[in-house]
Amino acid sequence: MPIIPLNVFDSLANNFYKTFIVEDRYLTFLQGLGNTLVIALFATILGIAIGLVIAIVKVYHAQSGHWKIANGVCSAYTAVIRGTPVLVQLLIMYYIVFASAPSEMAIPIAILSFGINSGAYVSEIVRGGILAVDRGQMEAGRSLGLTQGQTMKSIVLPQAIKSILPALGNEFITLLKETSVVGYIAVVDLTRAGDVVRSRTFEAFFSLISVAVVYFILVMGISWLLKKAERRLAKSDRR
Amino acid sequence: MIDVKNLTKSFGDHVVLNNITEQIEKGEKVVIVGPSGSGKSTFLRCLNLLETPTSGEIWFEGEMINAPKTNVNKLRQKMGMVFQHFNLFPHLTVMQNITLAPVKLKLQSKEEAEQNALRLLERIGLADKAEAYPSMISGGQKQRIAIVRALAMNPDVMLFDEPTSALDPEMVGEVLELMKELANDGMTMVVVTHEMGFAREVATRVMFMDEGIIMEQNSPAEFFANPQNPRLKDFLSKVL
Repeated sequence: MPIIPLNVFDSLANNFYKTFIVEDRYLTFLQGLGNTLVIALFATILGIAIGLVIAIVKVYHAQSGHWKIANGVCSAYTAVIRGTPVLVQLLIMYYIVFASAPSEMAIPIAILSFGINSGAYVSEIVRGGILAVDRGQMEAGRSLGLTQGQTMKSIVLPQAIKSILPALGNEFITLLKETSVVGYIAVVDLTRAGDVVRSRTFEAFFSLISVAVVYFILVMGISWLLKKAERRLAKSDRR
Repeated sequence: MIDVKNLTKSFGDHVVLNNITEQIEKGEKVVIVGPSGSGKSTFLRCLNLLETPTSGEIWFEGEMINAPKTNVNKLRQKMGMVFQHFNLFPHLTVMQNITLAPVKLKLQSKEEAEQNALRLLERIGLADKAEAYPSMISGGQKQRIAIVRALAMNPDVMLFDEPTSALDPEMVGEVLELMKELANDGMTMVVVTHEMGFAREVATRVMFMDEGIIMEQNSPAEFFANPQNPRLKDFLSKVL
């Protein structure tokens, strides 16, 4: 039977101590986690808002031929955002668009960047969802005297959202993990926190693996929430 | 009540309705029959502007509904429509399906609308389905609820676009029965259908459409006993 030398445990405990306890380094991780959550949450909300508006503009234009200019703007936006890396967009936002902003504004700028980025993807998901709803639903709503907007809001969108929830969930998960590049503009998010600690302790294992585990748990949490939401929306499918 | 003047509708080069002029009076039950592709559904859908006429005028209760300034939403509140595929809202309960429009359009309070809906559901014997979702009920029940949904707006005219064509044969009867009751109550109705029995029994006037025009129309007795147009004769010989 091989003998495990005691000093393996010793060094593990020592490394754990170095990574989390010394100089209250766990606080760095907590601060990073907080920033990651704030950025991801508000960027998601912004992304949904932008995505909904753009999807509706595009669908309305395709169906009626109106709103030509708005549709052009929206198409250009989707093309540019999807055509360039999110990190480049973040850097442009921070170093060019808001070059004169104080460094405390880094988090709002990050939220704006990620929200604008996500909006382009969400808009295509929502647009697909709207188009997948049977035409007869819009006609039935209109035939009752509801306006196009009322029908969209009360009849078409609820059905569209139900069918696109899995794709939206994907987008939220991607967004959460994409925020890990925010360290480039000197925001200490979860990833950056792990990296900062690693560079202080010269001990990569604990700092980086714990960061990975926390992301994993967050994503599991989102998946769980989505599954719950899906089940709630599916109550009208029971036979 | 409905006045159609020189109505033409084309999709691209394809002329679906060719210069139709027609009047429908209050209380009439007009049944439109004809081969598929004859334009009868398009004609019906032009009446409440689900299709925009290419040219011509459609007047309803003294207003030209396809004039650019007309509030078509307001007019549609008075024109109920029933679709071939029911088009119930699958994410809403039967009760919500019926009350959505009257409440959203602020014509009735939620309580009023629900009472009204329950009364209508009781009339068709489906009060116990108020909290069911459309996926849980049969096709015949769906279509009867779709009719009730339109009735909840207290329309002046009801348009039916092949209301029994998507139903299993054993469910056609219950829907036609409800439509007959509606006719007996004096509702003005325009019905596109393949149910010749219904046309014979309920219609005050039967129209035969083919190639985008109304080729022949008559009282049901004359229409079926003495068809004039050879195309109508041919059509009747196939469907009767």
